[in-house]
Amino acid sequence: MNAALTLALISVGGLVTSKGVGMSVPDWPTSYGYNMFLFPPSQWVGGIFHEHVHRLLASGVGLVTLALAVALQWRSTDRVVRHIGWCSFGLVIFQGVLGGLRVVLDHYAVSGTTLGTLFGLAHACTGQSFFVLMACISLRLSRSWDGLAFVPNVHSGRSLRWILPVATGLVFSQLFLGAAMRHQHAGLAIHDFPLAYGQWWPATDAESIFRYNQVRPDESLVTAFQIILQMVHRLGAVATLLAVATCGWLGWRSLGSVMWLRNASVLWIFVLVIQASLGIATVMYDKPADVATGHVAIGAISLAWGMLLTLSTRRVLRPAAVRPSESTVWQVSMNPV
Amino acid sequence: MKKYLVLVSTSLGLVGTLNAAEITGKITLTGTPPPQKEITAASADPNCGKLRTEPALTRTYVVSKDGGLANVVVYLKSGLSGKTFTAPEEPILIDQKGCMYEPYVSAAMVGQKINIRNSDALMHNVNAGTPKNNKGFNFSQVTAGQVNPRTFENPELGIKLICNVHSWMVSYVSILDNPFFAVSDKDGNFVIKGDLPDGKYTFEAFHQKAGATSQEIEVKGGRASASFTLEVKQ
Repeated sequence: MNAALTLALISVGGLVTSKGVGMSVPDWPTSYGYNMFLFPPSQWVGGIFHEHVHRLLASGVGLVTLALAVALQWRSTDRVVRHIGWCSFGLVIFQGVLGGLRVVLDHYAVSGTTLGTLFGLAHACTGQSFFVLMACISLRLSRSWDGLAFVPNVHSGRSLRWILPVATGLVFSQLFLGAAMRHQHAGLAIHDFPLAYGQWWPATDAESIFRYNQVRPDESLVTAFQIILQMVHRLGAVATLLAVATCGWLGWRSLGSVMWLRNASVLWIFVLVIQASLGIATVMYDKPADVATGHVAIGAISLAWGMLLTLSTRRVLRPAAVRPSESTVWQVSMNPV
Repeated sequence: MKKYLVLVSTSLGLVGTLNAAEITGKITLTGTPPPQKEITAASADPNCGKLRTEPALTRTYVVSKDGGLANVVVYLKSGLSGKTFTAPEEPILIDQKGCMYEPYVSAAMVGQKINIRNSDALMHNVNAGTPKNNKGFNFSQVTAGQVNPRTFENPELGIKLICNVHSWMVSYVSILDNPFFAVSDKDGNFVIKGDLPDGKYTFEAFHQKAGATSQEIEVKGGRASASFTLEVKQ
């Protein structure tokens, strides 16, 4: 439940950034001087609505995470799971503080970069990491995870053991680059696709940047750094798609003994194709807020998908020497969630 | 007696020259800029839509039929080295009306009061972001008619003001270290008036998108005229 709530929170956060309304409530932890929970609904207008809903939803996720930590402490016999529960609560508090600092430090800059941008970037990446952590807890408490311990050891496709984490790392790198672009609030650095300013690799000298900015249809002025950032994001997307396709192919060949895992490894390719399509649509249709937000949400799902596949597959492709016997399989004393 | 009269009239003439300089000119844009477009979000917004009597248009390039470019800041860039000026006591006004900033482009002197007003009966926030040479701010204006004065303490061109509640609302204010500046009107014309002695000065025309161009202007007998051309390169 908390993973689903977190995905909703990430989506609303993505909407806040896509609409450029993160600073529509200029104070924190209060909202226009009000206690956040007492802020009159009559004042939830325009961008304030999105930002305030994001704050309220974040508070909800914080409370549910606290409840989860308490429940795990109370009912789980596994020390690691109990620790993960409390670490999650610490992470959600940290995430809330990052979001708050993104607001209150927005007018300070370090080396030409606003602290609001830096904290916004950290806030985005921590949010994605927290979602992955929630997904991992769900997996570990599920029957599927227990069942994987009894699957006969798979000897083929051992390269999956390292390709999956590499692909997942690539997805995270892509989310980082995406967040870096979004939190600079520079609009779209490049407006065309598959070319960029009519070229496969656009010129980024001062004269060219000036020319690009002259004819950009929006108010923003882009820099060479922002253009290069989007180009790296595009190339990273190709590399990520190739890595995920490789995982799907190897998974299809090697994980036949666990059908759901095999199917999940192939379905990951489709998730990435949807993600890439949303990225292309974001560029071609001038960053509509709903499409850009979908790109953020599917990005989060892609990352969690990769992490769950990595953990599950490594449990199946374990070296024979460390394969647990039935008696040593990790047991969960509480009901699966 | 005649000698004194000549002396007095010459002095008066000199004072007249010092106090009544007027520089006029026009900014012309060549090339093909992106056309003005309707800001559909302004009409679609349930609150702002009611305030709009006509569609809100983008203002990145406002060009007259004969190529005159509006919203260009023309200012004295050099030629007055060592001289300092006191900011005018009269404030400038940046208004929020119909969910748009008015004017789109303005200019003020360092330390000159800028009154920021909300004429709409709904909430706006005024966010100056993080200017390069000045301290930014972000405050809300809840009630209609609310005015908040602000000043900037360092020269800087094109400080961007936005409203995050209504993300299409944008305004630019340039801060100059002397009082010899103007913003071109809808036909691209400008008039700079002030106590500027005769002599040669460098003036610059700055537009947020089209860029900047400078030229030397000679003020003679308190008069000068200049034309600037900015180009949108394809």
